[in-house]
Formats: sequence, C-alpha cells, structure tokens
Amino acid sequence: MDTAPEHAHSGPPGGRDYTDVQHSAEFSELRSSYRSFVFPLTVAFIVWYLLYVLLSNYAGGFMGTKVVGNVNVAFVFGLAQFLTTFLIAWWYSRFAAAKLDPKAEALKTRLEAENLQRATDAGGTARPESGTIGHQADPRDQDKGELAGQEDDA
Amino acid sequence: MSATHAIAAPAVQLAAEGASAHRPLIITLFSVFVAITLAVTVWAGRRTKDAADFYAGGRQFSGFQNGLAISGDYMSAASFLGIAGAIALSGYDGFLYSIGFLVAWLVALLLVAEPLRNSGRYTMGDVLAYRMRQRPVRTAAGVSTIIVSIFYLLAQMVGAGALVALLLGITGETGKNLIVVFVGVVMILYVTIGGMKGTTWVQMIKACLLIGGTVIITFLVFHKFNYNLSSLLGAAAENSGKGAAFLEPGLKYGATTTSKIDFISLGIALVLGTAGLPHILIRFYTVPTAKAARKSVNWAIGIIGVFYLMTIALGFGAAALLSPKTITDSNAAGNTAAPLLAQEIGGGADSTGGAVLLAMISAVAFATILAVVAGLTLASSSSFAHDLYANVIRKGNATEKEEVKAARVSAVIIGAVAIGLGIFAGKLNVAGLVALAFAVAASANLPTLLYSLFWKRFTTTGALWSIYGGLISSVLLVFFSPVVTGKESSMFPDVDFAWFPLENPGLISIPLGFLLGWVGSLFSKDEGAGGAKYAELEVRSMTGVGAH
Repeated sequence: MDTAPEHAHSGPPGGRDYTDVQHSAEFSELRSSYRSFVFPLTVAFIVWYLLYVLLSNYAGGFMGTKVVGNVNVAFVFGLAQFLTTFLIAWWYSRFAAAKLDPKAEALKTRLEAENLQRATDAGGTARPESGTIGHQADPRDQDKGELAGQEDDA
Repeated sequence: MSATHAIAAPAVQLAAEGASAHRPLIITLFSVFVAITLAVTVWAGRRTKDAADFYAGGRQFSGFQNGLAISGDYMSAASFLGIAGAIALSGYDGFLYSIGFLVAWLVALLLVAEPLRNSGRYTMGDVLAYRMRQRPVRTAAGVSTIIVSIFYLLAQMVGAGALVALLLGITGETGKNLIVVFVGVVMILYVTIGGMKGTTWVQMIKACLLIGGTVIITFLVFHKFNYNLSSLLGAAAENSGKGAAFLEPGLKYGATTTSKIDFISLGIALVLGTAGLPHILIRFYTVPTAKAARKSVNWAIGIIGVFYLMTIALGFGAAALLSPKTITDSNAAGNTAAPLLAQEIGGGADSTGGAVLLAMISAVAFATILAVVAGLTLASSSSFAHDLYANVIRKGNATEKEEVKAARVSAVIIGAVAIGLGIFAGKLNVAGLVALAFAVAASANLPTLLYSLFWKRFTTTGALWSIYGGLISSVLLVFFSPVVTGKESSMFPDVDFAWFPLENPGLISIPLGFLLGWVGSLFSKDEGAGGAKYAELEVRSMTGVGAH
C-alpha cells in the first residue's frame, strides 16, 4: 500500500514484462479453455434472453397459451429464465473449479516465485524499492492463499 | 404541475389516514435499524485504518458475506417497491423487470467479476485505465462513475422522499424535505465513518431484513391461496379487471410499435447494465481472491433470484387482494403496493396484525433505500478520490491519508448534492431514472471494461470515445425523450422537445458505445506499450498474480 503511487496502478512487483508469459503454452491453454467456455455461453444466454423478450413482444398468442390452470407459456418461459440463470452459474463455477483454477494457481505460484527471485536478485539502485514491494506483497499473498484454502474446505 | 397535485393530494391524505395509527411503530422499528447500523458503522470505523480498509473493507469479507452485501446493494427501492407495483398494475409486463435484473448477473459472473478482482485495486477506473494513458482514461472513468451513481442516487432519494412522506403520513413539502435531509445525513455518516467495512455490514443487515420481510409476505400470500400458484394468478387476473390479458405480455408495452421497441431497448439496458454499475463492481474488491469474488456472485445470484421469484407473490398478491384503485390512489406508479399488501394480508387496516406487518415492511423499505444510497455514495466518492483526485489532480503524488480524506470530504459533498437533488427533483419520474442509470452504465462503462479485458488492439482513444460517446449519447437521448418532456408523465409535462420516441436509450446508445470503442481503436495508433501492457493485464486478470 505504501508503494509509490505511480507504480501502484501500473503493475506487478518488479515491473516485469509479461509478454513471454502471455505467449507461453501454459497460459495460452488457460486462456483458451476460459474463452472457449465463456464466450459461447455468453452469446447463448443473451440470445435465449432476447428470444424471450422478442416472443413477449411479437408472439402474444403463443405466450398466452395456458399450460396448467392459469399458468401460461409466458410464465413458464419466465421461470425458465430463472432456472437457466441458476444452472449456468452453477455450471460455470463447476467448470472453473475443475479446469481453470488449478491452471491459474499453478501459473500464479510459479510467477510469484519468479518475481520474488527477481526482487531478491535485484541489487544496486533498484534494491530499496523492489525490496520493499517484495516484502510487502509476500506475506499478504500468503494470507490470501490460506484464506482461499479455508474457503475450499467450507 | 396542477395535474400532479390533483393526483398527489388525495393519495397523501389516504395514506396518512391509513398509516397514522401505526406511525409510532414504524418510527420505532426504523429508529432501531438506524441505531443498530450506526453502532455497527462506528465499530467498523474503529477498524478502518488504511486505504484498503476504507475503499475495499480490508478485502477480508468471505464470499458469502459479500454475496449478501451485493444483494443488499442491488435490491434497491426500484426492485422491491417498483417491481411489486409494476406487477400489481401491469401484470406480466412488470415481471419482465425481475427477469432482466437477474439474467444480467451472468454477464458479471462470466466476464467481469474475477478479472476485475484480479487486476483492479479500488475502483472501476483501475481496470479501465490499466493499459491506457492514466490521466485521460481515469478522468473519463471518474466522470462516468459519478454520473451513473448520481442518477441512481437521485432515483433512490426521490423514492425515499415520496415513500417516507406517504408511509409516515408526513404531508407538505417541509416534512418531506426534512426526511430527505435525514436520509442524506445518516447515509453520509455510514460512508464517512464506516467506509466500505461499515457500508458492507449495513448492506448485509439490510439484505437479511428485506429477504426476511419478503419471505413472510410471500408465505402469507401463498397460504391464503392454499399454496396454489394457479389460483393466485387467477384471482389476480380477475381482481385486476383485465382478465387473462393481465397474465400475458403486452399490457404495458404491447400497445404500439414504438412501445414494443422501447421494451426491447429496456430489456437490453437491464441485461447489460448490471456489469457496468460502479457501486456493484467495487464490491468485488472486498474479498481476498477472484475465487471468492466468483463465490460472492454465485451467492448473490441465488439470493437475488429467490427474491425476484418472491416478487411474483408480492405483485400478483397485491393485484389479487387489493383493488387497482386502492393501489393507484395511494401512489399512481404503484410504489406502495407492497406495504399496502402487507397491511391487507396481516388482517386489514384496523387490525394489529395489519399494523405490525405494514410497519415492518415500511421499515424494511427505509432500510433498503438508506443502504443503497450509502453504497452509491461510497462508489462515487471512492472514484472521485482515487481516480480523479489522487491520480489526475495530484498526478499520483497524494499520500494514502490525503486520498482517504478526499474520499470522506467528497462523500459529504456528494451526499449534499443528493439531498439537494432529492429536494428539488421531488416530482421526477423515478422509474425513468433507474432505467437511465442502467442504460448509461451499459453504454459508457461496459464496452470499455470488456474491450480492456479481452481485446488486444484496444487503445486509449477507443476507451475515451466509448466512455464519452456512450455517456453523452445516452444522457442526451434521455433528455430529448418522453421521460423529460412532452407527456403527462414526463418530468416537465408542460414543455415538449421530445424528438426521440423511446423512453430508454439503450437500443441506440449501447451499440454506439461498443461501436465507438472499436472505431476509435482502429483509427488510432496502438501505443508502443500497448502489447506489453495488455500482456500484463491479461496474465494478471487470468491468474491473480500481483493482485492487491
């Protein structure tokens, strides 16, 4: 928190270049499994929602058809939107926990170890600044890790 | 103006008669809420030491706690009172709000919450400006945050003023203005003393009260109809005087081609607005990790979803048990349908049960407004202090103490602005303002947020075009719409310069925001650092390395 403000928003400890990480096979895999799950799903639920909006507007007769008692198609459609929202949230979370989190965490652990190494190695002029940041960032990240672990158990 | 008075006068009288006997009870319950929440705020304030505490509640809330707080922030007076009223008066068309407000959370869950938590620090501007030239983009993000929040804030304050006046039976401008000032002052205390920690606890308490109150009413309504949804709907359709049409889409929006297009516009604004609302986005910073942010959205979807399902019972219950005239006499827009239903289902106006339930639901409504207003004020003062003051005005040379002080001062100023607007804008159309806040958020904030996170070629120029283009177009289109002038229900019914036919600008301004971001990026040079900066943002947002 006490880092120089101009660095505060402009990046990670040590100000390293992440282009190599971005191009690494490990990261590409993480990114493509995230995007290939999330993008089609987003398009799908927006289309499904818009279908519902358009049917409400332009297919009044169909939407007014009674299904059970006074419950009509429009109502069932509306409740189905609730159901799909719950299901998509559950499905994504399951997917993320199984496929994304392990990869992201492995990468994070590796990168943080690298960053720490850089901070320790960096001598001379860069020393005081990166040293401070390294020491500060470290125990906190450990905290976070523990917390995340606790949550998993819960 | 005279027309407004003609509607308002008997309504105030009627509610005053009904509510006067229960006034002590309502005031007691509400005072208890204020006392408890202020105590919690002071307690949280003692534990607020640095900027991360003030802006992000120390980042130590659990996923469940934050999910509850998000629900508290999201279920505003517009959701609770507005949707119940809309269903009670327009039947099925009112229910569409519930659906849009809920589905919108998937955008936040799938695309925004986790990357935002991983790469930002305190505000939405942190992520928008990450890869860009800091000063111009932070300025734009700050301006947009404050404008969206003030529109949302204004709607809540106007709602608070009108509702409080009706429920407490305080008539006349002076009494109502006093209430608006009171709400404003309590909210300023929450934010300046308690910061994000205090505000988060207030949201959690409020969410529990709102859910608890709604569960009781829902249970009582269903009990009355032998737990049979079909007979509840049948009774609502019959009692509304509209028959089967009451249960079908189109009662409110199906009249003309324009109203149908307006409905599509509203639908798009609702589904895309949530993930661009600054007061919702900053909530993701209150948890320690992206995983916890995901968990909090899941809890929020569960809680908010169940709540919106219960609006079926509130709205159709009110339609089934109250005459349409009772509802509109009390409030022309149906905003008091939920409290009136509580009174009816408790045994009627003269019974103790009715009095207790009315008092309870009214106190819950107050708590709702107060908490949401506090969340909005916190979002805009955070953005002012962190984006505009620390990074633009002081160019990053402000100390943490100065920054937090600026946030507290701006919370007082924004609170004062809200009080002023609430007093002077007493007759404005609340629903129009809430929908505008969603449309502005979806037009100005969402495109830049998504492009920043997912599109490598995005540039500073693209971000500025998108934010300002979306902001200006949505605000201007509303200004020239029937919301402001030209219709009896307009803010200024006596003037007419409404050349834009739709009440919600989303259909035009949201695609425009996306288009401008794209065109602006194509027409500008990719900054030299663009590639490296994007690499950094992408790796951070996906893995959480270096997250604050």
